[in-house]
Amino acid sequence: VAAYRTDEGQPWVLPVVKKVEHMIAGDNSLNHEYLPILGLPEFRANASRIALGDDSPAIKENRIGSVQSLGGTGALRIGAEFLRRWYNGNNNTATPVYISAPSWENHNSVFVDAGFKDIRTYHYWDAAKRGLDLQGLLDDMEKAPEFSIFILHACAHNPTGTDPTPDQWKQIAAVMKRRFLFPFFDSAYQGFASGSLDKDAWAVRYFVSEGFELFCAQSFSKNFGLYNERVGNLTVVGKDADNVQRVLSQMEKIVRTTWSNPPSQGARIVATTLSSPQLFAEWKDNVKTMADRVLLMRSELRSRLESLGTPGTWNHITEQIGMFSFTGLNPKQVEYMIKEKHIYLMASGRINMCGLTTKNLDYVAKSIHEAVTKIQ
Amino acid sequence: SSSWWSHVEMGPPDPILGVTEAFKRDTNSKKMNLGVGAYRDDNGKPYVLNCVRKAEAMIASKKMDKEYLPIGGLADFTRASAELALGENSEAFKSGRYVTVQGISGTGSLRIGANFLQRFFKSSRDVYLPKPSWGNHTPIFRDAGLQLQAYRYYDPKTCSLDFSGAMDDISKIPEKSIILLHACAHNPTGVDPRQEQWKELAALVKKRNLLVYFDMAYQGFASGDINRDAWAVRYFIEQGINVVLSQSYAKNMGLYGERAGAFTVICSDAEEAKRVESQLKILIRPMYSNPPLNGARIASIILNTPELRKEWLVEVKGMADRIISMRTQLVSNLKKEGSSHNWQHITDQIGMFCFTGLKPEQVERLTKEFSIYMTKDGRISVAGVTSGNVGYLAHAIHQVTK
Repeated sequence: VAAYRTDEGQPWVLPVVKKVEHMIAGDNSLNHEYLPILGLPEFRANASRIALGDDSPAIKENRIGSVQSLGGTGALRIGAEFLRRWYNGNNNTATPVYISAPSWENHNSVFVDAGFKDIRTYHYWDAAKRGLDLQGLLDDMEKAPEFSIFILHACAHNPTGTDPTPDQWKQIAAVMKRRFLFPFFDSAYQGFASGSLDKDAWAVRYFVSEGFELFCAQSFSKNFGLYNERVGNLTVVGKDADNVQRVLSQMEKIVRTTWSNPPSQGARIVATTLSSPQLFAEWKDNVKTMADRVLLMRSELRSRLESLGTPGTWNHITEQIGMFSFTGLNPKQVEYMIKEKHIYLMASGRINMCGLTTKNLDYVAKSIHEAVTKIQ
Repeated sequence: SSSWWSHVEMGPPDPILGVTEAFKRDTNSKKMNLGVGAYRDDNGKPYVLNCVRKAEAMIASKKMDKEYLPIGGLADFTRASAELALGENSEAFKSGRYVTVQGISGTGSLRIGANFLQRFFKSSRDVYLPKPSWGNHTPIFRDAGLQLQAYRYYDPKTCSLDFSGAMDDISKIPEKSIILLHACAHNPTGVDPRQEQWKELAALVKKRNLLVYFDMAYQGFASGDINRDAWAVRYFIEQGINVVLSQSYAKNMGLYGERAGAFTVICSDAEEAKRVESQLKILIRPMYSNPPLNGARIASIILNTPELRKEWLVEVKGMADRIISMRTQLVSNLKKEGSSHNWQHITDQIGMFCFTGLKPEQVERLTKEFSIYMTKDGRISVAGVTSGNVGYLAHAIHQVTK
């Protein structure tokens, strides 16, 4: 399960969240009335501002829209439903949707259930070199039919942890612009990946600066630790306010038949936090705490493997980013890890870095070492 | 350069929202918003139930984490929801031949059910709604990929149930179609069948082999008695009709914005229920992964804590009683005004809404001359009526109808 754990292996409710919840609980002026269909206004504006940046030209030019959604999944679904109805013609279910190979397994289901009939993969993970298959990715984009939709991970690619560099993003953007491909960003780890909100939003902001119209599905599950309150936001960037307004009016209709209006508790927590300079600073600090612990576990695991002389190269452990790492272990080695060492990873070799603690680092490193040396 | 969205049409304005927007702009101090679909106390204010505040205090005192709920939701909540709807003595409940998943209030629960039927109920694509029904039913089922049909329900001549029309239409519904019934407090008319009529309806849908979809958004809120309001649902199940059901806690617990609801499928046996559950989860995951905790946890604590449950039953009865009292006062005030019309339907109808029988021209006059806002179909939300403004309302209605 993709949730952060402390060094004690426990879930962590962010201190700033506890504080804000206490504030909310003590505020007798609040009630449980319906939110507007598109969500809490203060949440929507702040959430999009976080993704696009305070100085975003799109915000200044008033050509952005936001839909509060049930987590990142909900944001993806509303975006997908809208695209199926209104993108590339009317109700064009044949528009190809490209999802990275591999990707979060729910991406496929979201677009299938939204009605798309032609879901394809684009090259992403190069297992041999344990990194991004940039050439394969760019080739797929060159060959993709014009107007195809591409699901891009804004940062901390799930499950590989491998992100394009800024330079590589520039190349990707250039091809997408030339081939009229639609960028749909999935941003589930902003802040959580590098510890910096701005750094983790670089790709999205670059695309905006290049004049793209795009969608960005944001999740506040991980960076706010608000998993079960389902706090997400779909940010829409358009050419101008008029277009965005019409888009939002149609998204409203989609929301109305899906959940009518979104849950208020989580959105209130986020809005309160983001709109107070002091709370915002505290939050960034909490986020950095989480990101730093994961980064530490990465560097500690890598250094142990290198000290043990574990066959192969292990720099990918620290070059990858975010919650997950594609270790490079093959299915047999994974089976060994699970059966013999009781360390649970996915058959793909994906490990959740949040599961590592200072107490189990040695054991995990030794187990990987055994798996790699004993099993081929 | 042009936009991907140049051809996207502006969506039509929400009719009910339009009423509220116009109400907000009105500067008349006597203005009344009777479009609001949320309970108001006798001061016209939103009402947070005491049992909800207590449940929230309990939650705050425990240091709970924020881990993802299972896809099907909070188990204590779904089990308690099933028991609330079916009754603790229900054979279907006790035998476990049901599955209940947490949904995003009534809408989300309806939508899960609609999607489930679209995918697994292959006998028919047709959903039969009562005429009229809640405005959002049609687009929900349509977006789920089903087709909408209607059966007669409301008789505008009598402002009550067109029972013979309903029975006539239902008897002609093709077998194995889907029929939607409002369990209690029909929205928008407030017109519910009597128990004897429910019995006949049950026999007929059974004869026609129809799949029954109950929408229960007002359990407890209609008569003040949760068992009485669930009577039809329970009766149908007892008659061997394996219904599907959506529930909402928006009104009866005042949890509107917390989105607490549930969708239930009554199955042949517990094994079938497990299979159905697995498919419901497959539908939910690509929609929003798993549901929000807050509202479900509040509802669960209330339902599962004896003192809070008792308190809730008293409070929900209080809300229902206030609505009933406003109906009574409206009718008596109309009589005092000297109205010669028969306003009995106002007290015969039940729940939050009332189909007054007012015509569009009369509604327009109410708005223009008296700053009283309601939807064009003459529907008022009785929740927006208070002892302070019921006299004004009666006066205004009399003026436009005399």
